[in-house]
Amino acid sequence: MSAVSLAVRDSATMLRRNLLHARRYPSLTLNLLLTPVMLLLLFVYIFGNTMSAGLAGGGSGRSAYIAYIVPGILLMTIGSTVIGAAVSVATDMSEGIIARFRTMAIHRGSVLIGHVVGSVLQSVASVVLVGAVAVAIGFRSTDATALEWLAAFGLLTLFALALTWIAVGMGMASPNAEAASNSAMPLILLPLISSAFTPIDAMPGWFQPIAEYQPFTPAIETLRGLLLGTEIGHNGWLAVAWCLVLAALGYRWSTASFRRDPK
Amino acid sequence: MTGLAIAAHGLRKAYGDKTVLDGIDLSVPEGTVFSLLGPNGAGKTTTVNILSTLISPGPGSGEIRVGGHDLAADPQAVRAAIGVTGQFSAVDGLITGEENMLLMADLHHLSRRDGRRVTAELLERFDLVEAAGKPASTYSGGMRRRLDIAMTLVGSPRIIFLDEPTTGLDPRARHNMWQIIRELVTDGITVLLTTQYLEEADELADRIAVLSNGRIAAEGSADELKRIVPGGHVRLRFTDPAVYQAAATALRDVTRADEALALQLPSDGSQRELRAILDRLDDAGIEADELTVHTPDLDDVFFALTGKPGVPTQTDKSKETAR
Repeated sequence: MSAVSLAVRDSATMLRRNLLHARRYPSLTLNLLLTPVMLLLLFVYIFGNTMSAGLAGGGSGRSAYIAYIVPGILLMTIGSTVIGAAVSVATDMSEGIIARFRTMAIHRGSVLIGHVVGSVLQSVASVVLVGAVAVAIGFRSTDATALEWLAAFGLLTLFALALTWIAVGMGMASPNAEAASNSAMPLILLPLISSAFTPIDAMPGWFQPIAEYQPFTPAIETLRGLLLGTEIGHNGWLAVAWCLVLAALGYRWSTASFRRDPK
Repeated sequence: MTGLAIAAHGLRKAYGDKTVLDGIDLSVPEGTVFSLLGPNGAGKTTTVNILSTLISPGPGSGEIRVGGHDLAADPQAVRAAIGVTGQFSAVDGLITGEENMLLMADLHHLSRRDGRRVTAELLERFDLVEAAGKPASTYSGGMRRRLDIAMTLVGSPRIIFLDEPTTGLDPRARHNMWQIIRELVTDGITVLLTTQYLEEADELADRIAVLSNGRIAAEGSADELKRIVPGGHVRLRFTDPAVYQAAATALRDVTRADEALALQLPSDGSQRELRAILDRLDDAGIEADELTVHTPDLDDVFFALTGKPGVPTQTDKSKETAR
């Protein structure tokens, strides 16, 4: 069997294992799904009237604010789902079965690739679910073409892939599930200091560059542009660049940790 | 078959200042059971982990060949030849026993039909049919260990590493496991077994290496090892007190047990020493009613070689019983 088909076959086997875990024990995935849904409802129904006052249009009310925060909430959903990846990788690495995998003639990266693909699929499913909730409470895209929908979907998937590799690296570096959950926390907190809930120019001047160039903001702005027709500008390639850099870093970090002798 | 399944030279491993393996040599012929015997912390698991490619050998280690493949140059070929059942159960507790088996079949690239057949056969052989549909986390220690070995066998490995396969098992499960290991050997599989139970090494192993502080303190068959340690003796029993007295005078260096009319002579049990004793008895025209040779058991060997303090040696024990 060639190296590539070996890699694909073993990774597919590992993916099936991870999806089986997720299906048998869905509580982790569902808990993580709760956070973005709660935040969506909280910001729309509790803070919505006040928050919308700060938008560029000004005072356009709750429905305008729904449109504003949904792109950020969708990306936050990904940030939340990948915490699950960090936790399940850390848990998995403490199991004896991983030692068995290491002593088998299988593709070395397949264990991690299985986790990553599984987590990306979960992220996409979560985004669809949260998106459905958003539509149910009144989110509508303004004249997005099929191509723009496809691009939005592609960006979300790429973003999920990047964050998942980082989360898997965090999971590999953590001695246990609790530590993994803690170290992956920034992935769900970062959206709070992005343009997800408030425009960047409403933030303190010294903070604006941080908020503007962190990975979430370009991705949020690009998604907004695709779904709502706002200006994308340089955010498009910035978002893609962030995704590629994070994915590459996370991949190198994770595989290097996996290659190291287990303790 | 005359080849070596495992050949390792100067195996070394250190963690920081702590030397775990200090240059050990192993050669295990194909189709035999080789046991690494030693207390906790002697380096047994580290040895298994290195030979099974789980961790890398320390700098300064010599050549290591497993299943004929160079461990450093071609670890994947080594992995394809071996199966490992580690000290901590290597099963996926979240999925069922059957799913664990099918997972192994997939990773060994068996076709779906072969995978199902092998899974069914092994579940049957290891008495896991009833539990096959339950999550492995609900299994008892013995069941989990059986599932563990069954998973190891899915890929038909030629060499199997068993790291303390019976630790923590109850006596019945332990004997069950011994039976399983014996069956593996009749199939021509080479087994490298680590244990801290001398009885287990004695029962199962063709050759035993006693590991102590990262070195091999002694190596040989169980009988050879027992002969290394002084403290064996020959016991002569008589029914006639007069003959007993005569024998006691005729033989030197005896420990007397007057009540039992028994004499004990220190001896390694070798043919030469036995003949010397018998010759002296013959010269004096004495015939003993019973002659038994007591070789030290592996416990004595173990403690003598690994230098555990506070444990009486065989000679101490003999004196006590003679008193």
